[in-house]
Amino acid sequence: MLRDITLGQYYQAQSPIHRLDPRVKLAGTLIYVITLFFYKNFAGYALAILFLALVIRLSKVPFKFMVRGMKSILFLLMITVLFSLFTTPGTPVVTFWKLKITAEGTKVAVSMVLRLTLLVIGSSLMTLTTTPNNLTDGMEKGLGFSKVFKVPVHDIAMMMSIALRFIPILLEETDKIMKAQMARGADFESGNLIQRAKAMVPLLVPLFISAFRRANDLAMAMEARCYRGGEGRTKMNPLKYKGRDYLGYLILLLFMVISIWVGRLELPMLTI
Amino acid sequence: MSIQIEHLTHTYGEDTTLAVKALDDITLTIPDGQFLGIIGHTGSGKSTLVQHLNGLLKGTSGRILFDGKDIYEKGYDLKELRSQVGLVFQYPEHQLFEIDVFTDVCFGPKNLGLPKEEIEKRATMALQSVGIPEELYKQSPFDLSGGQKRRVAIAGVLAMSPKVLILDEPTAGLDPRGRDEILGLIKDLQRSSHMTILLVSHSMEDVAEYVDRILVMNHGRVAFDGAPKEVFSHYKELEEMGLACPQVTYVMHDLAAAGLPVDVNATTIAEAKDNILQALAMNASRLSRDQH
Repeated sequence: MLRDITLGQYYQAQSPIHRLDPRVKLAGTLIYVITLFFYKNFAGYALAILFLALVIRLSKVPFKFMVRGMKSILFLLMITVLFSLFTTPGTPVVTFWKLKITAEGTKVAVSMVLRLTLLVIGSSLMTLTTTPNNLTDGMEKGLGFSKVFKVPVHDIAMMMSIALRFIPILLEETDKIMKAQMARGADFESGNLIQRAKAMVPLLVPLFISAFRRANDLAMAMEARCYRGGEGRTKMNPLKYKGRDYLGYLILLLFMVISIWVGRLELPMLTI
Repeated sequence: MSIQIEHLTHTYGEDTTLAVKALDDITLTIPDGQFLGIIGHTGSGKSTLVQHLNGLLKGTSGRILFDGKDIYEKGYDLKELRSQVGLVFQYPEHQLFEIDVFTDVCFGPKNLGLPKEEIEKRATMALQSVGIPEELYKQSPFDLSGGQKRRVAIAGVLAMSPKVLILDEPTAGLDPRGRDEILGLIKDLQRSSHMTILLVSHSMEDVAEYVDRILVMNHGRVAFDGAPKEVFSHYKELEEMGLACPQVTYVMHDLAAAGLPVDVNATTIAEAKDNILQALAMNASRLSRDQH
């Protein structure tokens, strides 16, 4: 049942992308996502696709894992396409009844699909090649400068890693309690909305209790080991930039400059 | 009334690289009124097996007949099956959720759609049979002690008046006294109500004293199946599977090896005590005869 759901999917492999410093990957994803919004022609998108394809190839993550993330936005994608197809003003190409599909609309729809797809695949590539722990580490260190503004960076990072760690535990717990209540004749699948909401009570109450109990135990265990926040805390594996990380930054910068430059050229045929 | 399992196989995560065969071609018949112990160490498939018996999990292949009817057949009433086959999960107290003990025990029979009087009658009977005193009925289940919580949770399943009761590690995390209480309670239930009982455990010690038959699971297969004495005679093989026989078995084997004529098949402490005393008396009389 719920056992099959995977969240924060990490794909174990040995690749240059896996070895990159998480800060490079975080910054890279951010840069990649932002540049996607600068393109004014399809040449820019072509460059972005090419770049992403290269990185995926380097990461050794099978392509089907990327597509898996697409399923969740399929609905959003469809709505976006429909709206941009029918509501963009311009020269109509196809007309039936009161609906018009315009040439401009088709272009907008295609660019929207490209943008969303690249966005999702690009960011899932980051989670696929970085362990959740590494990711929060990178965030903590990368955002370290904001401590100046009294942002509790360490605490936020710790909360994030604990939350991520609890996802599989709570999923397993949900599965167990669900089965236990089904064994007592509970029915989670039929009935109208109100009945279904009511049926959730025997599941949610034990789940919350168990979550609180686990949180309490964890807090106790952390305190027993003298945890008192980030002040003066050292790391077992401190993040340190290596040569490949600087190279990564350089490539990202080059990609950003070139693709934005190309993406904003006045190309008569390819302009959106 | 019996359960027949035919060539049941269950694979977790089928079609993925992480596929694990939890059950591998299990064939088994559990007759009415039997007290069956299912033993195996962690990951041997025992919990997976019992979750098939009330249809919570569906086998990858094979079939299960309950009362001669295939439970995987289209239109089979799984809800009805679950009222007949009660399953008490590991740490069942984690499923408690109602505002008071009595209402929580009523949850099962209420789901069966019974009239109110019948629900309350069943809940009262179930609570009585697990020995929860009436003054606790209106207490929050979360205020009870660990052992009491577990008994309330067991009552929650008993209130559905199942014909088969399955308990998955009912003694996990209890102290020795709590353990004896729960096991004694289960034996009493079996005696008084003639239920079929399946007791899942990783401890031979727990089940040896109570059950009629032991099923040893290993790597998703049935390794041994028979009366306790029969199964314990394979104590060397059991040890290789990471299972220990009751300590009595070891003592008796060692005594026999040392030359005392004891019966190595004694499974309970009481039985062993009588046996050793007898052997000693025999030895003593032989010694005195020799001296005269």
